[in-house]
Amino acid sequence: MSDIPLFKVTIDNISIEVPAGTTVLNAARMIGGEVAPPAMCYYSKLEGSGGKCRTCLVEVSKGSEKDPRPMPKLVASCRTTVMDGMEVKNITSAKVVDARASIVEFLLLNHPLDCPICDQAGECHLQDLSYEHGKEGTRYEFQRRTFKKHDLGKYIQLHMTRCILCYRCVFTADQLTKKRAHGILDRGDHSEIATFIEKNLDSDFIGNVIDVCPVGALTDKTFRFKNRVWFLKPMDAHRDCPTCSGKVTLWNRGDEVFRVTARKDQWGEVEDWICNDCRFEKKKTSDWVIEGPRLIDRHSVIAQGHYAGTVGMHKPTETFSAVHHGRQPKLLMDIHSVSEVNQADIDLSIIAGPAHSNNFNSNKD
Amino acid sequence: MEALTTRAKEVSRKPMSFAESLYIPNILKGMFITFGHMFKKQPTIRYPEQKREFSPVFRGLHVLNRDEQGRERCTACGLCAVACPAEAITMEAAERLEGEENLYREEKYAARYEINMLRCIFCGLCEEACPKDAIYLSETFAPANYSRKGFIYSKEDLVIPNPLTDPEGYAKAKGAPRAINN
Repeated sequence: MSDIPLFKVTIDNISIEVPAGTTVLNAARMIGGEVAPPAMCYYSKLEGSGGKCRTCLVEVSKGSEKDPRPMPKLVASCRTTVMDGMEVKNITSAKVVDARASIVEFLLLNHPLDCPICDQAGECHLQDLSYEHGKEGTRYEFQRRTFKKHDLGKYIQLHMTRCILCYRCVFTADQLTKKRAHGILDRGDHSEIATFIEKNLDSDFIGNVIDVCPVGALTDKTFRFKNRVWFLKPMDAHRDCPTCSGKVTLWNRGDEVFRVTARKDQWGEVEDWICNDCRFEKKKTSDWVIEGPRLIDRHSVIAQGHYAGTVGMHKPTETFSAVHHGRQPKLLMDIHSVSEVNQADIDLSIIAGPAHSNNFNSNKD
Repeated sequence: MEALTTRAKEVSRKPMSFAESLYIPNILKGMFITFGHMFKKQPTIRYPEQKREFSPVFRGLHVLNRDEQGRERCTACGLCAVACPAEAITMEAAERLEGEENLYREEKYAARYEINMLRCIFCGLCEEACPKDAIYLSETFAPANYSRKGFIYSKEDLVIPNPLTDPEGYAKAKGAPRAINN
């Protein structure tokens, strides 16, 4: 390591020394906080990713110590390596903020605004980005692109209309699985994620494409429409898995495991890849050793359930009988005897795919 | 001690005079006031027969709306439930099957949708949160009931009648178009 020279780079007036060859984006992430540009396609754990979405554009106001001329155009920070003495403006540059807002609008051109249906809503990077830049509406008046529906098997649901062509899932399949079965077909406006010959995605680590997808294009079919992420209780859990690290986040409602995902760090990137078995097959609390509630950024809608701390681990203690000398409260109505929601005999979490009308109506008569 | 109010009247404990102890003039005075009210404009109405016009911002019982083709608009996105300060709304979503396109507008719909009217405070935040124009607070009250069980409103109670098959019921549930008064 010692033979790699350290370069001093200044991002938004904050200086940091980073090894040569570091990208501007990674240097900004080392500083952390708001200085780090958002990234929709770059993924630090995937080799070759980045350079496609243009959301990480920054202004280089001074090229380097030796050649202090500014770069003529905004550059993609995930693909630009630092130079010694480089000065970068991210949120301090009005040009960058303006360009980023326009890029969000371009990304949303063909993106259907169907967040109410989409399972990614609440943890979607594109949703966050558009709200951050005030571009949650649309000015686009024309027909959005549509695609023939492809079935990717029983685990992964593809919504091609939502795809922003970040290529992350392609890199994931290349780098994590033995054989990539899907890819981007056609080009330009017609390019789409597909398997060409209808083929199931079933390699062992292919489930990770769900986690790397920044939008709701690839979602978990075993979780499809089951619940909204902000009603679930995220908890760190692990199990002895022969193929992967087994460190996951469980998304519970009560004791039902609705979804299993990898743990994500502050940049929304997976910490440890997990295998399909952990992700799709282990939907019982007894399969897992629960470590505790996962810390969720308090600005996230997922934090609205207030499960942080020890609250999520224990049921609240009933104080009534304690203060009334053992007398039990008189129950005026048991909500479960009336309510049709969350019935004991319909366990949504263990239905293989999304629930349908027959799941709900079969026991009615 | 400082007086709490300047309008307090001192209580008079003087014994009544003979004329006062007869009461009759004062009774007549009171009767006359009562009689006078018979000729004044009534501030009350005969409620079940007559009904007052609701304020344009009145928030009554919820309805789940349908679109022009009679399909349910709700997609069970959960925004009403998360907006609800009383946590009165619960739902379960399902995927639309083939052949159900005439029933539900989007591929996801609310298979179960319940509002606990015992909890609901009629704040209207669900209406505000709804991105699909699916939930509305109508101009009707939640009717009284003898048991608590009757206040758990399920989809059968909430979904508006189909405008194609039951246009009258639809119009009734929708309410008369409000005259925007200036």
